[in-house]
Amino acid sequence: MTGNESESELPVPPYPPIEPTAFDLIVIGTGLPESVISAAASASGKSVLHLDPNPFYGSHFSSLSIADLTHFLNSHSTPSSVCPDPLYSDVEISNYAPRLLSQHPRNFNLDVSGPRVLFCADHAVDLMLKSGASHYLEFKSIDATFMLDADAKLCSVPDSRAAIFKDKSLGLMEKNQLMRFFKLVQGHLSLDESKENNLRISEEDLDSPFADFLTKMKLPSKIKSIVLYAIGMADYDQEVSEYVLKTRDGINQLALYNSSIGRFQNALGALIYPIYGQGELPQGFCRRAAVKGCLYVLRMPVISLLTDQNSGSYKGVRLASGQDIFSHKLVLDPSFTVPGSLASSHQQLQESFQAFSLSDNKGKVARGICITRSSLKPDLSNFLVIFPPRSLFPEQVTSIRVLQLGGNLAVCPLGMFVLYFSALCDEVNQGKKLLHAALSALEKLLVTGTAGNSSTAQSEDMEEAKPTLLWSALYIQDLSLGQFGSIISTPTPDGNLNYNDLLDATEKLYWKLYPNEELFPETTSPENSEDDAGLTLES
Amino acid sequence: MNRSEEDELKYTEDMICNNFSNYSAWHNRSLLLSNLLKRKVEGFVSKEKVLPDEYEFVHQAIFTDPDDQSGWFYHLWLLDQTVRVDSPQLVSSWPTPGSDLILLGDRCLDGCASSPFTRFYLDSRTFPLVLYFNQSVEGVNSSTITVDSELNTNKDLVWKPLSSCNSKAAQVWVTQLNLPDGNTHSSKVFPVEVSLGHSQGIISSSGFHYSNPFCFAFRVSLQLVETQPVEGLGKEIISWRDESFHNYNAHSQDSSPISSLYQLSIKNDNELTDFEWRAATIAKEIDHFRELLSLINCKIGKLTLARLLMAHDAMTCPPANKFSHSEEVLELYNDLMRLDPMHVQYYKDQHSLVLLQQVTSSWESLLSRCFHYSNSPSNRGSPMCLQLKNLSLSRLGSFDKLLWVQMLDLSHNELRSIEGLEALQLLSCLNLSNNILGSFTALEPIRQLKSLRALNISYNEIGAHSIDTTKYLCSSPLSHSVGSEWNHGQTVIDDDIKSYWEAYFILKGLNLTQFDIVGNAIVNEKFKSFLIKVLPGLKWLDGEQLH
Repeated sequence: MTGNESESELPVPPYPPIEPTAFDLIVIGTGLPESVISAAASASGKSVLHLDPNPFYGSHFSSLSIADLTHFLNSHSTPSSVCPDPLYSDVEISNYAPRLLSQHPRNFNLDVSGPRVLFCADHAVDLMLKSGASHYLEFKSIDATFMLDADAKLCSVPDSRAAIFKDKSLGLMEKNQLMRFFKLVQGHLSLDESKENNLRISEEDLDSPFADFLTKMKLPSKIKSIVLYAIGMADYDQEVSEYVLKTRDGINQLALYNSSIGRFQNALGALIYPIYGQGELPQGFCRRAAVKGCLYVLRMPVISLLTDQNSGSYKGVRLASGQDIFSHKLVLDPSFTVPGSLASSHQQLQESFQAFSLSDNKGKVARGICITRSSLKPDLSNFLVIFPPRSLFPEQVTSIRVLQLGGNLAVCPLGMFVLYFSALCDEVNQGKKLLHAALSALEKLLVTGTAGNSSTAQSEDMEEAKPTLLWSALYIQDLSLGQFGSIISTPTPDGNLNYNDLLDATEKLYWKLYPNEELFPETTSPENSEDDAGLTLES
Repeated sequence: MNRSEEDELKYTEDMICNNFSNYSAWHNRSLLLSNLLKRKVEGFVSKEKVLPDEYEFVHQAIFTDPDDQSGWFYHLWLLDQTVRVDSPQLVSSWPTPGSDLILLGDRCLDGCASSPFTRFYLDSRTFPLVLYFNQSVEGVNSSTITVDSELNTNKDLVWKPLSSCNSKAAQVWVTQLNLPDGNTHSSKVFPVEVSLGHSQGIISSSGFHYSNPFCFAFRVSLQLVETQPVEGLGKEIISWRDESFHNYNAHSQDSSPISSLYQLSIKNDNELTDFEWRAATIAKEIDHFRELLSLINCKIGKLTLARLLMAHDAMTCPPANKFSHSEEVLELYNDLMRLDPMHVQYYKDQHSLVLLQQVTSSWESLLSRCFHYSNSPSNRGSPMCLQLKNLSLSRLGSFDKLLWVQMLDLSHNELRSIEGLEALQLLSCLNLSNNILGSFTALEPIRQLKSLRALNISYNEIGAHSIDTTKYLCSSPLSHSVGSEWNHGQTVIDDDIKSYWEAYFILKGLNLTQFDIVGNAIVNEKFKSFLIKVLPGLKWLDGEQLH
């Protein structure tokens, strides 16, 4: 599985012919949803052909070098004959230290869909364990979460009992209130139908907005926003927006957080990150699929769909090599559009296929990536930062989440840091405003953050003028949910930190595809039974 | 293995930060700190510097999760470290400093001129001198305590520790001063001066020396009036009925027999600044816990607040606003009894102690519980009785304020034990009826009350419990611990001793003239005849005159 090949040009003919020429399922694109589907289908005995026009695995979920990422974003942001409705737009890439970065051409693994983390108890972890994909992955803990407070300082997010105990910024009474709230939630979750009903949160409260419930619990506003945005991960401003988080959902998010802490012995907090980047996830599932007999062909664009001349239904695909391959079902990467079906094809199919592309636009997500030479926090390298709504500018209605990763996660050279940030937005200009505000806030934090140890940096390399920010990329990504028709289209990366919603949607698609199949049924094969009890976590 | 204690301390901190429900880590931390403070290691020289950070640290645990006990235990230890005064202190004495004591001879009575609180009926030629310390001490003897007086010119005083077990340490020490022989003429006044702490030797059980040189004086005079042989104690039956007691109207010349030597003895400047820090710390803790309790209902929080308030009251000076919190503390304990029925006995005990502190906090409140005893209302020169009945007391305390008491009514309480009562060396009449004393061994303190003449333990539960859990505390003919005590007299009433050895052990040294025991399961004819043999001086048993 050598995925990340720098060569990103279209494949060079001649293509070797694919044997056999008929499959149960053809999957195009190696993003996470497609990889999960192909691994699941393979595991349940289907014959699967998994194609990707790119020379690497992962599509929009991959982790790439600087050059590959630049190429990928650019090629998916310009409308072309191949891609009339590109997934990305307004790509702004700035390189402040080309010479320094060119010294490390292979040392970056930048996530296309960042910022992303996994909660130890979330759906993705369960699927990896269930499918066996976890064998190919290693993880590390994210050390902490911070939130930008009213004084534009980063305050730590007390997300567990131990964190509340250690926190220096909360007053004694605030600690007590927050811990009591956590206990209330734990009590609510633990005794489902127990006798003591007074510990349960009432149905009425569960249906009320989470922000109102927190107010009712008399939590001070600072703690309220910690719970809403840094633990509950609410996207929108809960005071004004119409996208209000219900108490029920807020509690579920807290439950996920709570059950994540302590699930794995080596994990310090709730969050973990795969070494070598998020692109390892789809690769892990592809490996599982390959083990179960799935056939992989990269650098292989599909040039048109084949349809049955009588019924007009899907029959197969014609590859760039000219070969026709047939299957019963087809799963497509959401950005994938077939450039003009075969001249003779039915107009009907063409239309239904159009409906699959980005027609169900449900908004956009603005993403940014920075490479820096210093950490936002002098003593920590891997952590999450939340800029809650209105913390950067008054019109900021969505929460911006920032993930800083260091060289020990093998995503960049040691001594450098990668910062991912994202926020939901309705349109491009709003997104750009969010990205620029976030970037300048980060730059400010980098300056103040390093002020303390500037003297040591000075003495070490005597290059005071060296910029802290080395490279940045800002881009806007369209969002779309998966679609089911005679052809299945998978969802785009969403604006969340984890993959829970995405994998829920994927699971639904899979059940529509194979209504009688379980997604990764429990296996008794010896290779799984030994150590699928846990993840490989490096501490 | 060769870790320094500072390293280990840091390690406990790390462990606590990982999970503050680590009781062992907190406990170890307290041990390490105790050691470091004791050795005065650099950085651990004064508690004032070290303890505030520890309070801050443990607050994080307690406030984050008040339901977790580990932090509370550590807090209790800190509180103890804050309140505890290492070196022993003299708390009170009898006779009190500056008092004029009037000793009345055997058959005399003419008390009109003097206050009944400084009058003392004498039926031997000695009277006790009692020293009450704030903690158990050793080494009280004629070389560490100098008593300067005509009363005992040429012989060394023998100091006796008043403790229930035969230990060499005690909180209360007593010696007997002898009156001069012969008919000294009655107006003679003997000044007595007691001084201690001028040489080392009085040492607490934790190894600290008494270090505050202190000196006090009192005067003793003797009145032997040979007329009117009326109601000296032991001549007539004592009746504990209400009509025998009359309100006492305080005379202006009544000087309070209670005064706190503890306040007097802290004069040392060094201790004073330390004292201010302690008081400020306690005050701050009180504020914190009041705030916590305003948010949540927490049993151990209430208990801690009660302890803090009592510590605060015990410390604050000037004593003008002393015990200003006792009502609140009593209310807290009442609350706790309701909230936590599992530990109701403990709260009851604490409630009793606080109540007694409140009663004894001022001379006025004590006076309101003092009554004249007399069978004929006209007679004013009668003994004074302190009535502490019907107070639901389950435990006794505040003895340092009660050393002057000669007649004490503790009936209609809930006493199971009378621990500490041995301090009341002047006690001659004691009413313990209608309590829940379960055995004779629970009465052990009265063995030390040599002046006791009338004892009422009627309507208790003596003999009602087949298993006496306090039995191991006192010697028995089956154990060899105090074998020598059993040698004499054994042959005389050999048979009964076997059945009633507990009663024998408690009563044999007493010189009771009146004893009431009706209403206890143990009582039957055989037992009564045993009592008459054990107590040869007995004149009244359960109200019946003996011959």
